Amino acid sequence: MSETILEGQVAEGEGVPPPSSGEQGDGSGPEGPQGRPVHLALLDAVLQGNSVTVTILAIFTAMVVGGLLISFTDTTVLHAWSHLFSAPGNAFAQAWDAAAGAYSAMFEGAIVNPHTVAAAFHGGSIAAVFNPLSETATRATPLILAGLSFGVASRAGLFNIGAAGQFIGGAMIAGWIGFAVHLPIVLHIVVAVIGGFAGGAFVGWIVGFLKARTGAHEVIVTIMLNYVMEFLILYLLGLTVFRQHGRPDPISPPVASNAVLPHLFGSTLRVNVGFLIALAAAGAVWWLLERTTVGFQLRTVGLNAKAARSAGMSPERTWIIVMLIAGGLAGLAGSAVVQGTDFVLTPQIYGNYGFDAITVALLGRAKPGGTVLAALLFGALYAGGTQMQAQTQIPVDIVTVLQSLIVLFVAAPPLMREIFRLRATRAAGQTEARGWSA
Amino acid sequence: MAKGGALQLELRGITKRFDGLVANDAIDLTVADGEIHGLLGENGAGKTTLMNVLYGLIQPDEGEILIDDKPVRFRTPKEAINAGIGMVHQHFMLVPVFTVAENVVLGVEPTRPLGLLDRRRARREVLDLSKRYGLAVDPDAYVEHLPVGIQQRVEIVKALLREASVLILDEPTAVLTPSETEELFRIMRDLKESGRSIIFISHKLKEMQAIADRITVLRRGRVVGSPPPSASDAELASLMVGREVELVVHKEPAKPGDVVLDIEDLIVLSADGMVAVNEVSLQVRAGEIVGIAGVQGNGQTELSKALLGLLPVGGGTIRIGGEDLTHTHTRDLLESGVSYVPEDRQEDGLVERFSVAENLVLDIFHRPPFASGITLHVDQIRESAKARVAEYDIRTPSIDTPARTLSGGNQQKVIIARELGRETRLVVANQPTRGLDVGSIEFVHRRLVEARDAGAAVLFVSTELDEIYALSDRIAVMYEGRIVGIVPPTVPIQELGLLMAGGALSGEGAAGADLAGTNKEPEPA
Repeated sequence: MSETILEGQVAEGEGVPPPSSGEQGDGSGPEGPQGRPVHLALLDAVLQGNSVTVTILAIFTAMVVGGLLISFTDTTVLHAWSHLFSAPGNAFAQAWDAAAGAYSAMFEGAIVNPHTVAAAFHGGSIAAVFNPLSETATRATPLILAGLSFGVASRAGLFNIGAAGQFIGGAMIAGWIGFAVHLPIVLHIVVAVIGGFAGGAFVGWIVGFLKARTGAHEVIVTIMLNYVMEFLILYLLGLTVFRQHGRPDPISPPVASNAVLPHLFGSTLRVNVGFLIALAAAGAVWWLLERTTVGFQLRTVGLNAKAARSAGMSPERTWIIVMLIAGGLAGLAGSAVVQGTDFVLTPQIYGNYGFDAITVALLGRAKPGGTVLAALLFGALYAGGTQMQAQTQIPVDIVTVLQSLIVLFVAAPPLMREIFRLRATRAAGQTEARGWSA
Repeated sequence: MAKGGALQLELRGITKRFDGLVANDAIDLTVADGEIHGLLGENGAGKTTLMNVLYGLIQPDEGEILIDDKPVRFRTPKEAINAGIGMVHQHFMLVPVFTVAENVVLGVEPTRPLGLLDRRRARREVLDLSKRYGLAVDPDAYVEHLPVGIQQRVEIVKALLREASVLILDEPTAVLTPSETEELFRIMRDLKESGRSIIFISHKLKEMQAIADRITVLRRGRVVGSPPPSASDAELASLMVGREVELVVHKEPAKPGDVVLDIEDLIVLSADGMVAVNEVSLQVRAGEIVGIAGVQGNGQTELSKALLGLLPVGGGTIRIGGEDLTHTHTRDLLESGVSYVPEDRQEDGLVERFSVAENLVLDIFHRPPFASGITLHVDQIRESAKARVAEYDIRTPSIDTPARTLSGGNQQKVIIARELGRETRLVVANQPTRGLDVGSIEFVHRRLVEARDAGAAVLFVSTELDEIYALSDRIAVMYEGRIVGIVPPTVPIQELGLLMAGGALSGEGAAGADLAGTNKEPEPA
């Protein structure tokens, strides 16, 4: 077994120029082991190098470290530490209280709050019981879509840093259709959502087109396009067509009620049709990747562009197609925000979605199902974080710290194995075996 | 025993298991001082595992290592090196942006006061060693600019500088051209003269016969025999594979039909803009095999790529079945009934992380019955994969196993099954058996002959003259981008060697050709 693996590397020796000359380079930039460009090799390490167990342990470890951070930044706790020797028990109790309080507040904000359940039994609002879950789903919606955008591109070997720009493209078109066009109720929603997809897809297409035609590296192009889109929306919001009447600040008119994504469970819960769109998109991406010829080409190009070429595929065409899809998905995230929760366009509408897309996709290992789960986790952290800040005065930024820690630990499977004394996963190939075994 | 001098090495009962699979099963091996000990075995026979045990990279489950009859234990390569063992891996461990001297002293840097690197001494030591063993290595050259053969010598210098008494060479010839191999053998003999012993790992019979003093054959983790180097090809092959192997390809005389492939004045530029294929004209008929002989890098790769639309054609025409398909996309060519076995199976032929089933449809996934519209018919793909795995005897745990965990021979079987398992009128195969063991070579040869007999035109490229002679109905020799001669397979080997070297221009090419050919004891040029 090990010998086959070792001997299998003969032809791929790093630093040794392959004996076959005359091959067009398919990836630009420096090459890592196995001839993969370095950034893709890094991506591989994160996406393939760990198991579900490692991911769960990473989340757990991040929570523990996060708890310590909470304890050590809380002023009451810090005060208690200064009396460590006179009242040692107190310091530890305070630290525990701070962390436990923060996490239970988070849980109440993200999953269920026991008080509202109790109240519901005594004639209180049923909706209030489900409000935390509704918040989690609402927060997760754009994260699912943006995460899918990064994930689908990475399956084709592209590093889509441009979810933010594509998000803006989608939000702009969906928003404009929402407030400037007058259509009947269902039609208006559909047209605006499709417009959101198209807006993002156009921005993505620019990236794919430039890469296919000129070999421009998608990382550079997407980063630059993010700036272009950020300033474009700022500029547009300065024009009368996009400016809300009578407002001096750059903010658009609200989306017409016909174009607003309807709530799923009554008006008191924010969760809306956008969540269903996101789940449907995840299903569609799975189908596309695993059950269509387009997805097959996309995955082939992502894993070995040279073999794809030899097999008669066109990596260039594939890049354009995948960037259209990835851009469209990020555009849908923009439409979900502008039609589902924000209702107006602002210069900051893209928020942190661009980067969250990357972390969510990495945590979900670029697979649609995993991305949905990861987005729900992040949605829960955001929803819970808001509650935590309100209840405990612990800054909501701790959520960002938690997210970063999770991704950090996921990216370092050997560290997790070391901490938890796991045996290294056997042949790396085993965990990567995919295809149609299901 | 002092380092750098002679020593006696013995491995006793080495056993190593990986998750239930026994890679080494109670292996005994003795290496006397001053001998070249050949370790022969197919891919996956346990050769590399055994050497990794000896080099301290992995720990054996059972057994012991004795040096001069004293048991030793190597927990790390460093301990093995200190005991006088050096290893040149298949995969070189060099820093491309460092000079030769810097690479050689890496880890044992000679220093001046204040810990400054003593470059001058490093250079001198490399030069000394290089001169003593005729290695011809320039200490100031940057490793990334050196050809593979020279990089390998840098690795040898590295081991020598660390005073290795036993040098392990793991498949050293896999990356070498015939003339580089010849040069390596000369160096190995010189090292032997100086009292060092060498463990030479290979699966090539000819090389074993040419260089080894003693041979140990491994099969499925066990020692199955220690034949003398004078043993015949057939004896060695059957020991190695465990059954009688057909070293000769049995085929009926060709019955050439209509011209299928008609190349006229073809010009192909390589990626760096050089003329790689220069006005080549060649016809291949249905039912015949044309072999393209030549030393690596004379335009064979570019020719085969251009035929598949993988390199742009700079001039001339390519007709297949009478139809002008000169500037046609690869997919259309494949769909028109061309089968392609690329030169580098891991780079171009397979997606290593894809399953066997996925690799089996890599270039036909979009055609019925595997797809209609954009929908893939997964059941059809899986069913066809199961049939192919059985028909072509692909040794894989399942059709869902990633291709990269298969041995080289089985990877090639996947490609052959895909390319020859469908209707085909033209087969283009570039180095179809490179790096394969005899059993797999036999298989590939048989399938190519079957394709011919089924009426396909077969064009294949090989640098192994044995293979050229065994398979070809006609031989076309390429030199510097041109076809310098088309000869029958009855042509004497000296004549063919001369053609491959561009007439009587260079002795080096001819010597290389001899080695790859049938000569039992190649003489240095």
